[in-house]
Amino acid sequence: MAFVLSEEQTMLRDMAKQFFSEQVPVTNLRKLRDDESDDGFDRDVWKQIVELGFAGILIPEDLGGTGFGPMGIGIVMQEAGRTLAASPLYSTAILGAGMIMAAGSESQKKDLLPQVAAGELLLALAIDEANHHNPLNIAMTATKDGGDFVLNGEKRFVIDGHTADKLIVAARTSGTSGDAQGISTFLVDADTAGVSITRTLMVDTRNAANIAFDNVKIPAVALLGGLDAAYPELENVLDMGRVCLSAEMLGGIETVFDTTLTYLKERKQFDAIIGTFQALQHRAAEMFCEVEICQSVVLDALSALEERRNDIPRAASLAKARLSEASRLITNEGVQMHGGIGMTDAVDVGLFLKRARVQAQMLGDANFHRSRYADLGGY
Amino acid sequence: MSDLETFRAETRAWLDKNCPDSIRTPMPEREMPWGGRNAKYPNPDTKIWMDNMASRGWTAPTWPAEYGGGGLSKEENKVLQEELARIKARPALTSFGLWMLGPALLEFASEEQKKKYIGEIVRGEIRWCQGYSEPGAGSDLAGLQTKAEDKGDHYLVNGQKVWTSYADQCDWIFCLVRTDNSVKHDGISFLLIDMDDPGVEARPIKLISGSSPFCETFLTDVKVPKENLVGELNKGWTIAKRLLEHERSMISGMGMGAGAASMGGMEAVAKENFGTDGERIADPSIRSAIADHKMDQQAFGLTMKRASEQAKAGQGMGAAASMFKYYGTEVNKRRFELLLDVMGTQALGWEGEGFDSKELAVTRSWLRSKGNSIEGGTSEVQLNVIAKRVLGLPTA
Ligand SMILES: Cc1cc2nc3c(=O)[nH]c(=O)nc-3n(C[C@H](O)[C@H](O)[C@H](O)COP(=O)(O)OP(=O)(O)OC[C@H]3O[C@@H](n4cnc5c(N)ncnc54)[C@H](O)[C@@H]3O)c2cc1C
Repeated sequence: MAFVLSEEQTMLRDMAKQFFSEQVPVTNLRKLRDDESDDGFDRDVWKQIVELGFAGILIPEDLGGTGFGPMGIGIVMQEAGRTLAASPLYSTAILGAGMIMAAGSESQKKDLLPQVAAGELLLALAIDEANHHNPLNIAMTATKDGGDFVLNGEKRFVIDGHTADKLIVAARTSGTSGDAQGISTFLVDADTAGVSITRTLMVDTRNAANIAFDNVKIPAVALLGGLDAAYPELENVLDMGRVCLSAEMLGGIETVFDTTLTYLKERKQFDAIIGTFQALQHRAAEMFCEVEICQSVVLDALSALEERRNDIPRAASLAKARLSEASRLITNEGVQMHGGIGMTDAVDVGLFLKRARVQAQMLGDANFHRSRYADLGGY
Repeated sequence: MSDLETFRAETRAWLDKNCPDSIRTPMPEREMPWGGRNAKYPNPDTKIWMDNMASRGWTAPTWPAEYGGGGLSKEENKVLQEELARIKARPALTSFGLWMLGPALLEFASEEQKKKYIGEIVRGEIRWCQGYSEPGAGSDLAGLQTKAEDKGDHYLVNGQKVWTSYADQCDWIFCLVRTDNSVKHDGISFLLIDMDDPGVEARPIKLISGSSPFCETFLTDVKVPKENLVGELNKGWTIAKRLLEHERSMISGMGMGAGAASMGGMEAVAKENFGTDGERIADPSIRSAIADHKMDQQAFGLTMKRASEQAKAGQGMGAAASMFKYYGTEVNKRRFELLLDVMGTQALGWEGEGFDSKELAVTRSWLRSKGNSIEGGTSEVQLNVIAKRVLGLPTA
C-alpha cells in the first residue's frame, strides 16, 4: 500500500530520524553560518551520511549503493528537513546520481556511481540561467570543435555549485532557448579552465553558486546521454528532485507546526494560555489540515516514482506546488504566533522561514508547477 | 481462481442480469432512490434495482447478514463497488438510514431493535430523518430542550426540531430528547419515533436555492413506546456523537463526489468562454484558478485514500472525520464559486428561457452547497474539534 510505510521503510525512517536529530540538529546549521564555513556543510557529517548508506540510496547495490529507491531517499530527506540538515545529498545523491543513472553510458555509471556512493565525488546540476526555474530556457551553448565541445554561457543558482567536484551542465547543441530538442548534458570537472564559480550567500545559509563558462573545452566523452536529446531524462530527474525537495519541505513544516503548537500551549497572556484563544485555535486547525494534505501529496508522489507510474510529472508538480504554498503559510504563521520572539534569530522558526522560501524557488515555484499541472491536464 | 476473482465473476454476471439499463445512466435528482412508505418512482426501474440489490443485502454490503445486510468483507465490498462503477450503476438506495442511523444502531441498539430496524433500512422500506437541531440548539446541540417524560409504559414527547431534512417525506425520525433537566450532556436520550403517530407535524421551510428539503418538526404530546429508546436512558449523547461522525464522513465525500461531474467539464467551458492560446485557456487567471482547484481536489482525494489505507493498517489518522468534513465541504463550495466565474451569467439563471437545464442545475447546486459547511456541524465547529481533540489545545 502506497500510503503505509513497509517495515523496512519504517526502520529507515527511525534510523534517519535518530541520526539527524542527534547528529545534525539545527545548531549544526547555525554553527556553519556563524563560523562562515567555506564548504557550507560539515564534512564529518557527510562522512556519517555516507556510512549510513544515504549517499548511495538511489544507486543499485552492484554499483556500490544501497538501492533503497525513491521512497527511501524521500524518507531520508524528510528527516533531514526537520533539522535543516545541510549536506550534498540533494545535489549529489539525488540530482547528480539520478542524472548519471538516467542518461549515463555503462562506463560513466561504472566509473562515477561507486564514487558517489562512497562519498568521494560531489556533483552539482547546472540548469537555470534566469531568476526563475525553467529548464527549457537554456541559451548556453556547446559547440563542436573537432573531437571536443566548447561551452559558453552562464548558470545561476547552482545548488552546491562551489563545492562540487564535477558539474553536470545542460547546454544547447542545437535549437533555441525554449526548445526541448537540442538540449544536451555534459560532465564538466569544476576545475576545468574557463569555468569560474562564484559562491552566492543565500538567505537560508545553504550553498548555491553562479557559474560562468568562457570557452570551456571538454572532450566528447564528457557528453552525458544523447546529443540534442537529454531533455526527457533531465525532466525525469528534475521530477525526482522536486519530489525529494517536497519531502524535505514537509519535514520542515512539520517541525514548525509542532514547535508552534507547543508554544501555543505554553505562552500566557491575559492570564490565559494563548492556545485557548479561538482565533489561534482555528488557524492551528487549518495548519493541521494543510500538513495532513502535504503528507498525502508527498507520499503519493514518492510512490509514483517508486512504482514508475506514468503520472509522475503530475504528481511531482502537485507536490511541489502544494508544499511551496503550504510552507509559506505555515512558516508565516509560525513566526506570527510566536510574537516578537518569532522575529529573533534566537528561535529556529525564522531559519525555517528562510529555508522554505529558497526551497520554494528550487526547481520551480508554485506558479510554475500550477501552470505545468494545467498543461499536463490539457488546459 | 482466487475466492475474490470468483466473487468478481459471479458479481459481474449477477449485475449484468439484475441491473436495468436505465439505471446505468446519470441519475436526475427526481429519481433519487430514497425509499420509504411514501416513495414515488417516476422510473419504475429504480424500485426494481433497489429490490434486487436489497434481496442480497447489497444496499448495505458490509452490514451483518443476520440483520439483512450483505455480510461482505471489505475486500469483497471493494470488488462490488468496482463492478458497480464499471457499469456506471446508480446507487440502489440513498438514505439517512444507511448513512447515519444504521451504523449507530448496529453499535448501540438491542438485538430486537437491530432485527426490526436494520432490515427495514436495507430494504428501503422506511425512510428516516434526523431530529437533532432545535431553534435554540444548533452548534451547541447538547442545549436541546425537546423533552420526553416517563409515563410508565411510554414516553410523552413535547418540543420542536428544526432543519429536519426531508421530514415531510419521511416515515420515522431519530430524535435526541431531554430526559433529565439537571445535567446537560448526561440528560439526553436517543429515541425513535414513528412520524405517523398523532402529534408529529412537519412543515417545510423554503431555502435560498428555492427548494424545500427541510422542515420544522413539531412534537406535541407524542406517545412513544418505551422499547423505542436506543441504548440506556440519559446515555444518548454518546450515540449522537458517533452518528455525527458517520454523517460527517458522508458529507465530506462531497469534496469529491456529487458536484465533481459538473467539474469534469469546467476546463472545456472555460476554453469556450475565454478562448484558447494553443491548448491553454486564454485567460491566465481563470486557468490558474482551475488548476489550483483541481490540485486541491486531487490532494484532498489522496488524503481520503491515505486515511482509509492507514485505517486498514490499524494506524488511525485521528479525528479524521472533522478534518474531512471541514476540508471537503470547503472545497465543494469553492468549486461552485469557481464554476460561477467560469460560466458567468449563465450560472445565474433562476428558471425559464435562456438557460439549459444543466446551467439551471448549477445555480441551484451552488446555492445548496452553502449548506455543506453548516449541516452536520459547521466548519467553525469542526475546527474547534480539531483544535481541542486532535491538537490538544486547552479550553479557556
Ligand atoms: C442543508 C442543511 C440540512 C440540515 N439537516 C438537518 C437535519 O436533517 N437534522 C438536523 O437535526 N439538523 C439539520 N441541519 C441543522 C444543522 O445541523 C445546524 O444548522 C448546524 O448544526 C448549525 O446550527 P445553527 O443553524 O443553529 O447555527 P448556530 O449554531 O447558531 O451558528 C451560527 C454561527 O455561529 C458559529 N458558531 C457557533 N458556535 C460556535 C463556536 N463555539 N465557535 C465558533 N463559531 C461558532 C457557527 O459556526 C455559525 O457560523 C441542517 C442544516 C442545513 C444547512
